[in-house]
Amino acid sequence: MSAVADTHAQDHHHGPAKGITRWLLTTNHKDIGTMYLIFSFTMFLLGGSMAMVIRAELFQPGLQIVQPEFFNQMTTMHGLIMVFGAVMPAFVGLANWMLPLMVGAPDMALPRMNNWSFWLLPAAFLMLVSTLFMEGGAPNFGWTFYAPLSTTYGPPSTTFFIFAVHIMGISSIMGAINVIATILNLRAPGMTLMKMPMFVWTWLITAFLLIAVMPVLAGVVTMMLMDINFGTSFFDAAGGGDPVLFQHVFWFFGHPEVYIMILPAFGVVSHIIPAFARKPLFGYASMVYAVGAIALLSFVVWAHHMFTVGIPIFGQLFFMYATMLIAVPTGVKVFNWVATMFRGSMTFETPMLFSVAFVILFTIGGFSGLMLAIAPADFQYHDTYFVVAHFHYVLVPGAIFGIFAAAYYWLPKWTGTMYDETLGKTHFWLSFVGMNLAFFPMHFLGLAGMPRRIPDYALQFADFNMVSSIGAFMFGATQLLFLFIVVKCARGNGEKASAKPWDGAEGLEWTVPSPAPYHTFETPPEVK
Amino acid sequence: MHVHVKRAGALVAGLLLSAPALAEWTLNMSPGVTETSNQVYGLHMTILWICVAIGVVVFGVMFWSIFAHRKSKGHKPANFHENTVVEILWTIIPFAILVIMAIPATATLVDMYDSEEAEVEIKVTGYQWRWQYEYLDMQGNEDNEFGYFSNLATSRDEINNRMNKNENYLLDVDNPMVVPVGKRVRLLITANDVIHSWWVPAFSIKKDAIPGFINKVWFQVDEPGTYRGQCTELCGKDHGFMPVVVEAVPEEEYNQWAANQREAAEKERQLTEKDWTLDELVERGEGVYASYCAACHGDDGSGGGAFPSLRGTSVVTEDMDAHLDIVVNGVSGTAMQAFGGQLSEADLAAVITYERNAWGNNTEEMVTPKEIFDYKNQ
Repeated sequence: MSAVADTHAQDHHHGPAKGITRWLLTTNHKDIGTMYLIFSFTMFLLGGSMAMVIRAELFQPGLQIVQPEFFNQMTTMHGLIMVFGAVMPAFVGLANWMLPLMVGAPDMALPRMNNWSFWLLPAAFLMLVSTLFMEGGAPNFGWTFYAPLSTTYGPPSTTFFIFAVHIMGISSIMGAINVIATILNLRAPGMTLMKMPMFVWTWLITAFLLIAVMPVLAGVVTMMLMDINFGTSFFDAAGGGDPVLFQHVFWFFGHPEVYIMILPAFGVVSHIIPAFARKPLFGYASMVYAVGAIALLSFVVWAHHMFTVGIPIFGQLFFMYATMLIAVPTGVKVFNWVATMFRGSMTFETPMLFSVAFVILFTIGGFSGLMLAIAPADFQYHDTYFVVAHFHYVLVPGAIFGIFAAAYYWLPKWTGTMYDETLGKTHFWLSFVGMNLAFFPMHFLGLAGMPRRIPDYALQFADFNMVSSIGAFMFGATQLLFLFIVVKCARGNGEKASAKPWDGAEGLEWTVPSPAPYHTFETPPEVK
Repeated sequence: MHVHVKRAGALVAGLLLSAPALAEWTLNMSPGVTETSNQVYGLHMTILWICVAIGVVVFGVMFWSIFAHRKSKGHKPANFHENTVVEILWTIIPFAILVIMAIPATATLVDMYDSEEAEVEIKVTGYQWRWQYEYLDMQGNEDNEFGYFSNLATSRDEINNRMNKNENYLLDVDNPMVVPVGKRVRLLITANDVIHSWWVPAFSIKKDAIPGFINKVWFQVDEPGTYRGQCTELCGKDHGFMPVVVEAVPEEEYNQWAANQREAAEKERQLTEKDWTLDELVERGEGVYASYCAACHGDDGSGGGAFPSLRGTSVVTEDMDAHLDIVVNGVSGTAMQAFGGQLSEADLAAVITYERNAWGNNTEEMVTPKEIFDYKNQ
């Protein structure tokens, strides 16, 4: 141990290493955060281009561009890449950059493990994407990979998919351990738990969710692996197995997983709204308790994804009531954000625009979620485009707008340069219009009876599908503008940023210069 | 290109013009035709309006703040950040609203789960990618039972844009489920391969068809008519191409239809005994091939992707036993199903004979229904 500490002490005041080794061997939280964010955006573009293929095929009735086999591979890979490759790594990237700066720590608690958690990801996704070029094609059973479609009837590449899921699961678990260790051990003197910034709180709770459910995901894919390669019958009815068991185990992971993708965004928005309303966050304590309540409830609602499998009526009622209860803490959060804006002194720079849109559109996604929770009504909504509309409303203007808001809010701190405000606002408005045009009509399509995951549809669905595709192309193309804005900013092409460029912003991250030096808080700051 | 222009025109018109143009664009769920579906529709509308009301209040306050409390208007920020009374209120009020929603939802659910004895009972089995309907005899007399498969009736030409699309594009089948109006019908739903889901929106019934499980649902339709739905659980390549069609007809008509079906089932059994010629088998086989085989092996037997070609392949041109084995028993672990239980002896004989004599596989060999019968029972 002492040897490690000594080496560390020697290059303490050195800058980053030169060349590729800086990135391969780095243990610096800022470098690793940057790599996570770049990786995540790359995956976002890749998963997004698959969505473009899907929307192009659905532009008109009939099969025009791709065949059903390939269409199913696109929906599956789009879901997997967006969930595990784009949204989750983006939040880990933000955590890497911001948690040490927010709690006044010099780095993450476990820097070498941090490096490994990141570098596992490109390996996992290289393997996942390579299945597209294998015989029989990529996984084609949806991102929920229900057995026995994914086991007995899956393509040969399924085993590679399972291995990739294992690797990304290990990466997530190590990332979560690192977050917990950092938050619990490295906070600056005086920063008690109830003084922690909201982003730190939401990430702490998210990390516990990750540690609780990623092993469950690993378990379910391992059972698949056994069924496929070693002759077991966990999910094969012909061998005495149970296809419904798969869904119970999967959704025991899957439901907390959706909160893993949204809670850090709650944290981000809870910083940005007070900063631009120039008024402290309303109800800090109740915000913390609400996140805790949502996290706990997320473990007892999984079967609301399974209302149509034929669970007994008491199970049905339990999961319906438990799911409806989630509306209470979620409502508290929305009310608190609105109360924070109320009687503030607001300005609407790009991070604030994305955050306000987050509150409105995420709430719309919450409303459709509440509707889906009503079991008898869910028989009509289940597995239709209404569900597709619902989860895209919570994930795109929820998770992804949260990530954009965070990026614009902290870019000046990361790069030392202000982003181009006009271009930022253009990016926001084009994304806002494109996203609503793409996803709002899906509510109508679902209610009119269009099932999800179909490559072709009946004629009455044609008009709204065309609108939706146009919106999707618009949203997709707009994201290249974001790339341009960030590159411009990173190259120092813009106004120099001060240490605290937003006059209402609060927190330790604004006490260090912009750009944040390679090493920060070598001596811990004192909190009040 | 012409169609594109027309569609784009319709789109612009739809966006710019008001009610008459929008009438074509379905926005909402339909109330359906059963008592259950009407209750579900009522629930849906109640929750929708509650959500809209909450949205109006919350977004109202928010937009008012956005317009009134902005720095550009010189608004000075207040500094409050807590109010216990307000926070308790906006925890309790939503809870009360949820209780109000839960009461009718529970009542509807209890009603749906009441699966008392029905007057007609049909076993529904999902296959990749078709439905099988078997009418069970309520007295348990097996001779009165009959069943058939319900396949997509939309042609590949329509799907591949070589032909204009019919009004019921992708929602049409060769043999719909037929039920009598005014009678309680119970479905026993299961699947043969992967999970499917049987959905008819007008009845508000969606139930997963799961291998190894039997799910029960019931419905009673009072209006005669044709009701259409689709499979709603991803079940592989042709998930989008396995519609559900139910025809509700007056009771006398239903009884007549059922009698015809029983007679047809008897005839089918006799077909096995008949002496067939090669040409007869090939002709019958062509139809069977189009319904059951073409989806994977292609219209011209050339296969594609993971699905093997049947043109000039040794199994099809030489080894008759292997050919019989694959068609009757399937190939485990692949998408090739065991058709022995799905097709009649006559259809099995016909399709095998067709494959051995189509697309240049001119073997001049045939297999008769009787031989199939013996093969299955050996």
